[in-house]
Amino acid sequence: MSNAFTPDEMMTIAASRALTNEDICFVGIGAPSAACNIARLTHAPDITLIYESGTIGTEPGVLPLSIGDGELCETALTTVSVPEMFRYWLQGGRVTIGFLGAAQMDMFGNINTTVIGDYAAPKTRLPGGGGAPEIASSSAQVYMTMKQSLRGMVDQIDFFTSFGHGEGGDHRQRLGIKTKGPTLLITDLAIWTPDSKTKEFVVRSLHPGVTCKEVQETCGWSVRYDSELEETPPPTDLELKTLRDLKTRTRAATRS
Amino acid sequence: MTTMAEFLALEEAVRRHVKDGMSLAFEGFTHLIPHAAAHEVMRQGMKDLTLIRMTPDIVYDQFVGLGRVKKMVFSYAGNPGVGLLRRFRDAVENGWPQVLEIEEHSHAAMANAYEAGAAGLPCSIFRGYLGAGLKDVSPNIKSVTCPFTGEKLAAVPALQPNVAFIHAQKADKKGNVLIEGIVGIQKEAVLSAKAAIVTVEEVVDNLDSHPNATVLPHWTVSAICVVRGGAHPSYAHGHYDRDNAAYLEWDKIAADRDVFAVWMEKNVLTASPDDFAKRIEGLEK
Repeated sequence: MSNAFTPDEMMTIAASRALTNEDICFVGIGAPSAACNIARLTHAPDITLIYESGTIGTEPGVLPLSIGDGELCETALTTVSVPEMFRYWLQGGRVTIGFLGAAQMDMFGNINTTVIGDYAAPKTRLPGGGGAPEIASSSAQVYMTMKQSLRGMVDQIDFFTSFGHGEGGDHRQRLGIKTKGPTLLITDLAIWTPDSKTKEFVVRSLHPGVTCKEVQETCGWSVRYDSELEETPPPTDLELKTLRDLKTRTRAATRS
Repeated sequence: MTTMAEFLALEEAVRRHVKDGMSLAFEGFTHLIPHAAAHEVMRQGMKDLTLIRMTPDIVYDQFVGLGRVKKMVFSYAGNPGVGLLRRFRDAVENGWPQVLEIEEHSHAAMANAYEAGAAGLPCSIFRGYLGAGLKDVSPNIKSVTCPFTGEKLAAVPALQPNVAFIHAQKADKKGNVLIEGIVGIQKEAVLSAKAAIVTVEEVVDNLDSHPNATVLPHWTVSAICVVRGGAHPSYAHGHYDRDNAAYLEWDKIAADRDVFAVWMEKNVLTASPDDFAKRIEGLEK
């Protein structure tokens, strides 16, 4: 069993490996939250996890269902108010990594979680941005994680909920944004980083057993690959066990 | 202006302070969401409301589905941990049961706007909306240039609701209120509003807090109403846990207009504040 793992597990574990003990990470709910906590429970025990509900240095024993679960507050170093969180801690430039998921993204890491279709008359009204617009512009850099699909990874997003690299190139600098923006994308199939000039996401590493064809079939833009494409190291026994134990604890807690 | 907190039944507090066409803010960031107070407003039938809330989860889905809301001001309209808000979607996508005007912001903007309201300022200035699409669709997102550095910053008008509603763990006998745990935006919401109604789990002789606790002095609150379990299905730190099953169930209830109507009739429109105590059984600490 130790060698078998799902694409989802590979995604979470690959994302967790990008985080370090020195990071101050503003955690988005869902896939980012799992990755950040696996990092904390394996190689980065001193990482600081921040959730937008105001919890700083939180160490949840189970994955929170929402960004404001009691578990986050009970295990936090301190809990501040929501305006303080956004003003002093995020806008103040204290966050090294903003870790975001996305409903829809494009090749430049621009995210849409607002509407499918026209804003004034949407086909599907999504929840909106929440904290993401300022997480994307105030964090020193942004990591992203999402499952690949033609609906999710599209040539053109319907709404710019949060700004990645815009049209690419130096678009961030032209708007006066001083932070780096998206620097890493981890999907269930691959690890991507932006081209240093165009800022288009390029596949740098395929997860074990994944083909370029599969990556292209689940991505709405024409995919570029690194000339020295690598293979993502498979999950270690410790990583898999930590993730599965966390999910088991979470299921038990949610059911009770 | 100072007022003295009055201890009132929730029904009486809502009757005195809420009228058709008002702007109301029910705040609580996942934690301490004032469901009981919202249900009382729904029962008393006030309409044409402007509802303000950072995270208008299932409690605003209920208001919208009943057709009581003219305009919603918000920054994240989802069912936390579950998905989308189906009554809100029906209103925005299909105009059912009536057209809903929306004013959408980011969390940072809403938090700043409440803070400006509490501080008595006309607007809030912050570094935000850089490259983001909302500033192109919302007339209430503008920019100003810093007179000292020349930096272009975002500006949004202050939020100043007619009435703010929050739920808290306890009040003392004078009506001073203590909030513990994730304190969210509640203090700012109360101080930004013209009137504030606070539901509490209990009234105690002494708040037994520490010097830096989040305390609202009694003269910042209009009415205190004791409603045990009044935040259900959200939670009250130290009192009871979040009813996660209720959030999952809401996704099914809100998916169908008729199921929604039947559920609302039974659980809200013909219920009472006293029913909340039963709903937290088994969730209590």
